[in-house]
Amino acid sequence: MAQKQAVRALVNHMKTSRLRTRSQLLALTLGLIILGVGSVANAQTIGVSIPAATHGWAGGLNFHAEATKQRLEAANPGLRIVLLTANSASEQANDLEDLLAIHHIDALVVLPFESAPLTGPVRNVKRQGVFVTVVDRGLSEAGIEDVYVAGNNAEMGRVSAQYIKQSLSDGGDIVVLRGIPTVIDEQRFDAFMAELEGSNIKVLDNKYANWNRDDGFTVMQDFLARFPKIDAVWAQDDDIAIGVIQAVRQARRQDELFIVGGGGMKEIVKRVMDGDRLTPVDVLYPPSMIATAMELTALKFLFNVPISGRYILGSPLITQENAAEYYFPDSPF
Amino acid sequence: MPEKFGFKLDLKTTGPFLALITLIIIGMLVNDAFLSTGNLSNILARSSFIGIVAIGATFVITAGGIDLSVGAMAAFISGCMIIIMNSLIGTIESSVAIILLAIIASAGIGALAGLINGILTTKAKIEAFIVTLGTMGVYRSLITYMADGGTLSLDFSIGDIYSEVYYGDLLGLPYPAWVFLGVAIIGYVLLNKTVFGRHCLAIGSNEKVALYSAIHVDRVKTMTYMLQGMCVAIATIIYVPRLGSASGQTGILWELEAIAAVIIGGTVLRGGYGRIWGTVVGALILTLIGNILNLTDAISNYLNGAVQGIIVIAAVYLQRGAWRRNKQ
Repeated sequence: MAQKQAVRALVNHMKTSRLRTRSQLLALTLGLIILGVGSVANAQTIGVSIPAATHGWAGGLNFHAEATKQRLEAANPGLRIVLLTANSASEQANDLEDLLAIHHIDALVVLPFESAPLTGPVRNVKRQGVFVTVVDRGLSEAGIEDVYVAGNNAEMGRVSAQYIKQSLSDGGDIVVLRGIPTVIDEQRFDAFMAELEGSNIKVLDNKYANWNRDDGFTVMQDFLARFPKIDAVWAQDDDIAIGVIQAVRQARRQDELFIVGGGGMKEIVKRVMDGDRLTPVDVLYPPSMIATAMELTALKFLFNVPISGRYILGSPLITQENAAEYYFPDSPF
Repeated sequence: MPEKFGFKLDLKTTGPFLALITLIIIGMLVNDAFLSTGNLSNILARSSFIGIVAIGATFVITAGGIDLSVGAMAAFISGCMIIIMNSLIGTIESSVAIILLAIIASAGIGALAGLINGILTTKAKIEAFIVTLGTMGVYRSLITYMADGGTLSLDFSIGDIYSEVYYGDLLGLPYPAWVFLGVAIIGYVLLNKTVFGRHCLAIGSNEKVALYSAIHVDRVKTMTYMLQGMCVAIATIIYVPRLGSASGQTGILWELEAIAAVIIGGTVLRGGYGRIWGTVVGALILTLIGNILNLTDAISNYLNGAVQGIIVIAAVYLQRGAWRRNKQ
């Protein structure tokens, strides 16, 4: 911004004052060239704002964001990527202001901490003429972003329900462990329940396990104490699933049920690959979607390829046959 | 009126127990599975983490301090233990020896972390709230950094053997419950039967007077933080074998749960009065609330926090009845 203002001032100066000497003209020209070079480099700054690595999936997100930053910057020396991570929605709003004021970004790739509180801040960035790519969590107002890249939460719930329906074709009793009360969790859960409607699968109860292992363990222990017969568990998330596995083992009931997690955590994908009976499948919700979003945005600035639009990634079922495709041993998730 | 006096004393000490018994009755009414041995042993094992941490917190709070760093510290120590054990595989033959080394290291790190908190409060004269808020941030970031934003996992070869510490039992009581009991007995003796315990109470009542009474205030206060650090280490030693993993999510909000357990148990937040058995009951109450809510679908999931909040306030109200009457 400061550079743009300086250029404007210089141009105004040229318009209003008569240039008396050659050297003055030369100085002005030089100044313009320097500023010009500066603004070319400026045109290729992409700001990336994502939640900090506070749980497994977000850890994977950070891993892929960092890896993509390295890869893009190495391949394109003119491109600068500024990656900021936030611990809360308000911290992320501050980050967006910093990206604009300090780093003069030309494009923003943002995975909002929460939809509603960040709609305003992202809209402000957009109003400054920045190209905006929103990832995973849509904003509460339509038409702000140029590009939207997201996983499909509803499909994730649906695919999980379909698998459970197929596996328990004679009907059965299941329990559901949910994440944190958010739109994401709501969409997954609602689609899951809608898919089961009319089938002979009975959901005994659902409880929040907050997308972490400890709560997954505790909630499952209590489900096991409460229900003598459980045929399947929908854990929705792989961190929760790890806790569920331990609780089931402790109760020595691993032969009577199976667990469907979600996300694509390497430990669970490995189990699926090895043909573990307790976790026969997993449902993908890829943290690498941040890489998709960053690559797309870079394409726009490097080659001016038209990219505006909505990109919805699928949530395929990971089975023993295709698990190798989704296994990233180096990722923290 | 001797009768009134008797009742007053009664409530002060038995208040938390009354709340516990009420909760147990509610649990029985809610679901038959509540009284099953499996569920009861789950509750005891589960409450041991917060319970052991809270016993340490009883000393800190009784001596007029506060420690907000315990949850993050637990996560940090878990991470250290896992890294130590994973890196020793191959260099040391016996898995048991590796586990023992990690346990010793854990106690050392806990004591050191407590020492840092203690020295910063007593020597650098920074308020305990600020010191431990700062170290909380430090440990929370360190564990996230150590885990690369993901989760540290204990190698299976050791995890399988170590898991016995959480899942095993003696005379039908899970090991974590025995450890909890042991720490509680030691804590009780330390607080009520030793000079150190009396000094904690004196400092918490009035630090100036304690200082004039030739009590080594700084030393005693620092020791309470070290004791807290070691309690966190012990909790960690039985936490790690449960899931064999540590992440930035480990121990989130343990500090508030521990403080709540201490206060429910009758210890006064401003110091000068501490009760170990009350703390034990407080930890059990907190665990019971979560357990009972999981055993019923009568209450909307969205209202869990509200139920917990109301029960905590009600439990403290019951126990403060005696203090209220004292004032009148």
